[in-house]
Amino acid sequence: MKRQAYPYFDMANVPDDLCPVAVRPNPMLPGEWRSMKPVVDRAKCVKCAVCWVYCPVQCVVEKPAWFDIDYATCKGCGICAQECPHRAIAMVEEAA
Amino acid sequence: MGPTTTLLEPEAKAPGFIVCDGNEAAAWAVALARVEMVAVYPITPQSSLVEYLAKLVADGTLDAEIVDAEGEHSVLSVLQGAALAGARTYTATCGPGLAFMFEPYLRQPGLRLPMVMSIVTRDTLTPQSVWGGHQDAMSVREVGWIQMYCETVQEVLDTVIMGFRVAEDRDVMLPVNVCHDGNYLSFGATRVDLPAQAAVDAFLGTPNINWHAALDPARPMAVDPLTGGAGGPGPRTFVRYRKGHCAGMQNALAVITEAHADWARHTGRQHAPLVERYRMDDAGIAIVTIGSMSGAGKDAVDAARDRGIPVGLVKVKTYRPFPTEAIVGALDGVRAVGVVDRSVSFGWNCGPLYQDVAGALGRAGRQVPSMSFIGGLAGADLTTDHFGGVIERVGQLALDGRSGPTVWINEND
Amino acid sequence: MHEIRIHGRGGQGAVLAGSILATAFVEEGRHVVAVPSFGFERRGAPVASFLRVDDRPIRQMTNIYRPDCILCIDPTVARAVNVFDGIAEGAVLVQTTARPLTELQVPERIACVGLCDAVSLALAIFKRPITNTLMLGAFAKTTGLVSLDSLRTALERSDFRDAGLRQNLDALEAGFERTTVYRIERREAA
Repeated sequence: MKRQAYPYFDMANVPDDLCPVAVRPNPMLPGEWRSMKPVVDRAKCVKCAVCWVYCPVQCVVEKPAWFDIDYATCKGCGICAQECPHRAIAMVEEAA
Repeated sequence: MGPTTTLLEPEAKAPGFIVCDGNEAAAWAVALARVEMVAVYPITPQSSLVEYLAKLVADGTLDAEIVDAEGEHSVLSVLQGAALAGARTYTATCGPGLAFMFEPYLRQPGLRLPMVMSIVTRDTLTPQSVWGGHQDAMSVREVGWIQMYCETVQEVLDTVIMGFRVAEDRDVMLPVNVCHDGNYLSFGATRVDLPAQAAVDAFLGTPNINWHAALDPARPMAVDPLTGGAGGPGPRTFVRYRKGHCAGMQNALAVITEAHADWARHTGRQHAPLVERYRMDDAGIAIVTIGSMSGAGKDAVDAARDRGIPVGLVKVKTYRPFPTEAIVGALDGVRAVGVVDRSVSFGWNCGPLYQDVAGALGRAGRQVPSMSFIGGLAGADLTTDHFGGVIERVGQLALDGRSGPTVWINEND
Repeated sequence: MHEIRIHGRGGQGAVLAGSILATAFVEEGRHVVAVPSFGFERRGAPVASFLRVDDRPIRQMTNIYRPDCILCIDPTVARAVNVFDGIAEGAVLVQTTARPLTELQVPERIACVGLCDAVSLALAIFKRPITNTLMLGAFAKTTGLVSLDSLRTALERSDFRDAGLRQNLDALEAGFERTTVYRIERREAA
């Protein structure tokens, strides 16, 4: 099914003291406060998708030959590294 | 009785002082008051309070049955059953939790069942908020519970204990809300002195809960049968119970005052029972406050006095019953009054405390220019700078000679 | 009166740090109020804790707007919030970072900086980046406002969810020892 993006509702005709609604996404992303980040070893990855299934924030991204991590939303919880059956994911310290 | 636990000796139970926040202080008060049953459900900013209660029960410091109900409606219903069986009971809630227990909350004072419930005051949802305000406690002010507001963490501990004495007094027999501000008092940590268990035992005595209404096979009765209606004895019966409730509320004024005086004899700490007068002796103008905002208010009064402004502060501790005489007396002689509320009354578009103060002054025949200040909603801060602005505005009010429109303190913050 | 603002992220113990520090000050006979402010109770959200300490009773229960000391226990939270908001002239900064002072952006008003690589030390001691007790040691070293002894007593009185007392006492020592304090020369007014 083709995905279509809908624009957010236009609030121009609604008074701003009427009802609390939000139409702009929050730019704060959970990737900001990681202390450790997962790094995938492409050579070991066999695309079993276990990390993709277990990731609690769905930040595992499918590539043609491997799975990569979206660091904008990855919180660094380490579940993917823990669950990967091929030990292809290592948790490394985030540079701060 | 709870499961087998090591009961600590009374003296060992409570160390002399601790550094804790209002939620932990309230939990210690519950332990010292020898509450027999607590029922709990977490809700921000009360959650740590019920966690401390669970810990005190697990440690054996609080010898109480603890019920982990599935929601606040059950929390209070469970406690009503326990109270009708004679138990001294306690819970804490706020915001949406208070809303969820509204049905049993309505029932409790009508049955004249004593208990203490802490309200860790918070702005009610929508706009979505988890932070401090007074809207939740103020919204239920007409249900008939006694309501007292605390200024400091120490006062939270002391008032929860005093609450049981007031609630269980034969001339009162009403449930008590002890309100402490979400965030500032719930999580504000400071040194708290714990009274000796022996002093609290002497102060409270044995529970006096269900001599008048009970679920007890030895005393068969129907509790809360259908009452009222237009026919037969309905009207006068219903009025009789409502007037009795009102009489209990009025009696509470004296009982609260005496309880605070007796507490001072036991602990050396005298908190103002109904209202507190701060630098009111030679005050030309006054501000009225409620809750933890009063600390910043007092600092602002001192700063204003240093600048030559003759301002004083009146803090309301007992809000229900409303201490009309004490308020009118405290405001005697001032030329303008500003009342600071942390909540909104949508009837007059002002604060609810303002309405009560204006009403009391009006009924006493005092024509004093007054205005309502609404601030500190949803966790907004009420600083000494804000109070400085309030004092200045009230000074202007005294010159104008007539009441002014409501000011929303944090409007541009 | 000193007004200290502690910055961190939820789950690191910033609020607990405020409360341990408060207990230490009370041990020394001073008046203290520690008030946290936070939004949602979850790991990672920026949190701030406000602590006032004085030799006279403190009445105002409000946030702090003109802190004379900033204690920042997270190396990245300065990206999310302005940790230097409202700082007083001559303020002190105690910061956890692996970077040297030259790489940090420190405002003019800061007169003294204490730096400690608390994240690395925490990973070594606790296997997790819980920096709070380490940074209390850093605070004591940088400001001299409270003694290590009082902090040790305060730790003994506290309850730890994630790690034991022994480890936290070690962290306190390590934070104290491994903090470098820099006094910054006042820059000329433009």
